[in-house]
Amino acid sequence: MQIDVRTVSIEPVRKTFDHLARRFGNKPASRYQEGSYDIQAAENLHYRPTWDPDQELYDPNLSRIRMKDWYDLKDPRQFYYSTYTLARARQQENVEANFAFVEARGLQDMLPEDIVEKSLKLLVPLRHAAWGANQNNTLACGYGYGVVFTQPCMYHAMDNLGISQYLSRIGLLLGGVEALEQAKDAWLNDSAWQALRRLVEDTMAIRDPFEVFVAQNVVLDGLLYPVVYERLVDTYLASQGGQAVAMLTQFMTNWFTESKKWTNGVLKVTAAESDENAKVLAEWINHWSDRAVSAILPIVNSVLDERVDEMVSEELEAFRARIAKTGIQL
Amino acid sequence: MDTPVNKKKLSLKEKYSYLTRDLAWEPSYQKKEDLFPYATYEGIKVHDWSKWEDPFRLTMDAYWKYQAEKERKFYAIIDAFAQNNGHLKLTDARYLSALKIFLQAISPGEYAAHKGFARTGREFPGVGPQVACQMQAIDEIRHAQTQIHAMSNYNKFYNGFHGFADQRDRIWYTSVPRSFFDDAMASGPFEFMIAIGFSFEYVLTNLLFVPFMSGAAYNGDMSTVTFGFSAQSDEARHMTLGLECIKFMLEQDPDNVPIVQKWIDKWFWRGFRVLGLVSTMMDYMLPKRVMSWREAWDIYGEENGNALFNDLARYGIRPPKGWGDAAEAVDHMSHQFMLALYQWNFGTAFHSWIPSDNDMDWLSKKYPNTFDKYYRPRWEHIKKLEANGTPFKNYGLAKNCQTCQLPCVFTEPGDPTTLCHRETEYKGEHYHFCSDHCRDIFQEEPEKYVQAWLPMPQLFQEPINGDLEAWMKWVSLVDGEDNGDYQGSHDQTSFEKWREMATSN
Repeated sequence: MQIDVRTVSIEPVRKTFDHLARRFGNKPASRYQEGSYDIQAAENLHYRPTWDPDQELYDPNLSRIRMKDWYDLKDPRQFYYSTYTLARARQQENVEANFAFVEARGLQDMLPEDIVEKSLKLLVPLRHAAWGANQNNTLACGYGYGVVFTQPCMYHAMDNLGISQYLSRIGLLLGGVEALEQAKDAWLNDSAWQALRRLVEDTMAIRDPFEVFVAQNVVLDGLLYPVVYERLVDTYLASQGGQAVAMLTQFMTNWFTESKKWTNGVLKVTAAESDENAKVLAEWINHWSDRAVSAILPIVNSVLDERVDEMVSEELEAFRARIAKTGIQL
Repeated sequence: MDTPVNKKKLSLKEKYSYLTRDLAWEPSYQKKEDLFPYATYEGIKVHDWSKWEDPFRLTMDAYWKYQAEKERKFYAIIDAFAQNNGHLKLTDARYLSALKIFLQAISPGEYAAHKGFARTGREFPGVGPQVACQMQAIDEIRHAQTQIHAMSNYNKFYNGFHGFADQRDRIWYTSVPRSFFDDAMASGPFEFMIAIGFSFEYVLTNLLFVPFMSGAAYNGDMSTVTFGFSAQSDEARHMTLGLECIKFMLEQDPDNVPIVQKWIDKWFWRGFRVLGLVSTMMDYMLPKRVMSWREAWDIYGEENGNALFNDLARYGIRPPKGWGDAAEAVDHMSHQFMLALYQWNFGTAFHSWIPSDNDMDWLSKKYPNTFDKYYRPRWEHIKKLEANGTPFKNYGLAKNCQTCQLPCVFTEPGDPTTLCHRETEYKGEHYHFCSDHCRDIFQEEPEKYVQAWLPMPQLFQEPINGDLEAWMKWVSLVDGEDNGDYQGSHDQTSFEKWREMATSN
């Protein structure tokens, strides 16, 4: 039996804020809409930046991408602070449980020696790459235009920081502080890592916020995550007795699957806006994916002896197919 | 396994350092100055970024966990508030004017701070401050969103909230805080930290948040109290960041001291002018008052400020130049500004009103040296005009201060019966100011401040061309609903009607 609790019923005088009624019609707005649309100052800006007087404080022309309305670039996950934080809090509980599971049973000490060595070699230097990703997403948030595009960049930057911290913890768990020190040395000096480090530093020099988004989130992560986490950790290392390592990187695997929804959505809308946009996106993706492939190959080579080229080209094909689906001709 | 693994126990500080500081590296494929192009042009010298002391140590997993707990509570409470018509528990709907000002003028500043901290979180060439700024960036968008979400329910029942996004960029009084945040964002990363991280968060935030949230609690606004409480632990982090940042600059090089001092002078005064809005809210807009603006200033301004500047004296920093004038102005500013808001209330998206006899008695008690002498007679006069059916409206336009953007309604230091007005000439143009300090700020950086968008002259430009009705449309102000006197407003009649329904048969 349902009981209706009676409350005083009074008629609202309006359903939503003016700017949301103009966009979505006169109906109650979602919290994502309230927290995202048009909350960035749009006109009558007071001063030009002293750090670059050619720019406006909020300047859509910092990018070669042109949008009639930057608020078309909606996040399909509809993340605003609350939904984002709750989602990550749940995921970090799983990570904690996985770390606790491994540590409680001493699984890290039962791993075959070469698996430990390969895991350290492959994963721990990537904490620096994740820091580079953090820098790039922070820049995309800081200088990008329109809240629906920039707010997920900030969340992404914090995710990148979280990932770099999880990778550091894997290093500490499997090899202590020395593992972090060796990995940093490899990142700085080992020839296998130099193409990637050069690529990361080059992306950090980009000031077009949309190109940074494409180079980092679409291209580099779009190739690196499937290769490292799906192919090398979840498939190769796990099959060699490294299942415990796969437990510790579960966050990254799930995170990449989730964030693809966002990056695909942004690409699709941006490309559909104009042929010019689609061309610029294709140019960026071609340029940066050539670089990314040559940066990823030596890393894979350092842990895997055979079928390296084949595996990386398969992933490149999968990546190109993914991009084609967003309406971009490479 | 034979590999000797170094399982040395790390201290929390060491561990945090590995999880943050150690992530970055010295670039060699790109020049450092190309990756961090804005780090030096302000003249601040930093010799060793590793000397930065982390003001708090929070890894992302802990951040997500703590913040999610706060988010769950916050939304549970505001959902319950909406469902149970929590707005009918307010002392009186007059209180909502304070909230309307907050949503139109302060919440957009939270967003601007989000954006600004994302920029400093990228531009500082040191991981310690970068991570701290990034966390503040994500916190600030949280605050903008929780505020909008908390006030969304009021918007459904009361006027004045619906056009906040348009009013942020167009209506005259929001230009005061927006110019403050625009100014900070137009500055380099170090000055931004002094403006927002130090002056706003450390020196002034207590004056904004504590009285505001207490005012909400006193007046039955559980929704606002909830976002206030929920933001408090974030604010504590932001304050320690602001303080660490200033100490870091001062410790890195003695040449930084005069630059920092100049910024402290400027941003204290800029912040103090923004607080003019808060002073009227505290003294005039709360049906049940917490404390006077003067009392709040004594506790949160004077006491905290003195302790802080005593602490900074060892670096050669003195209290801000405008400190003395500010302390004197505290006895006048809320009255002068409320009188201004009342006479221009055709142009505000909130209501104002003539204080009742009761209100005026409270004000005389709280301002024994100024209220009865200077301000009660003016209110009495306005009251008489109102009773005679000729309410006092000023359809003339105020002169805006070129720097702080407030109308020039404040009086001379030491002489509360003479309007204070300063001017200066720059490249053949005249510029007007409300005070010496605002003029000094202009003169330090005239090329910046000549660009200021002034809301009053806008009235005579495209697309308004002096047409008041067109202006109201342009600022999304519904004449007769959002503006004017509270007495007889829709807000008043609806609130009384609904409350009657809720409390009797």
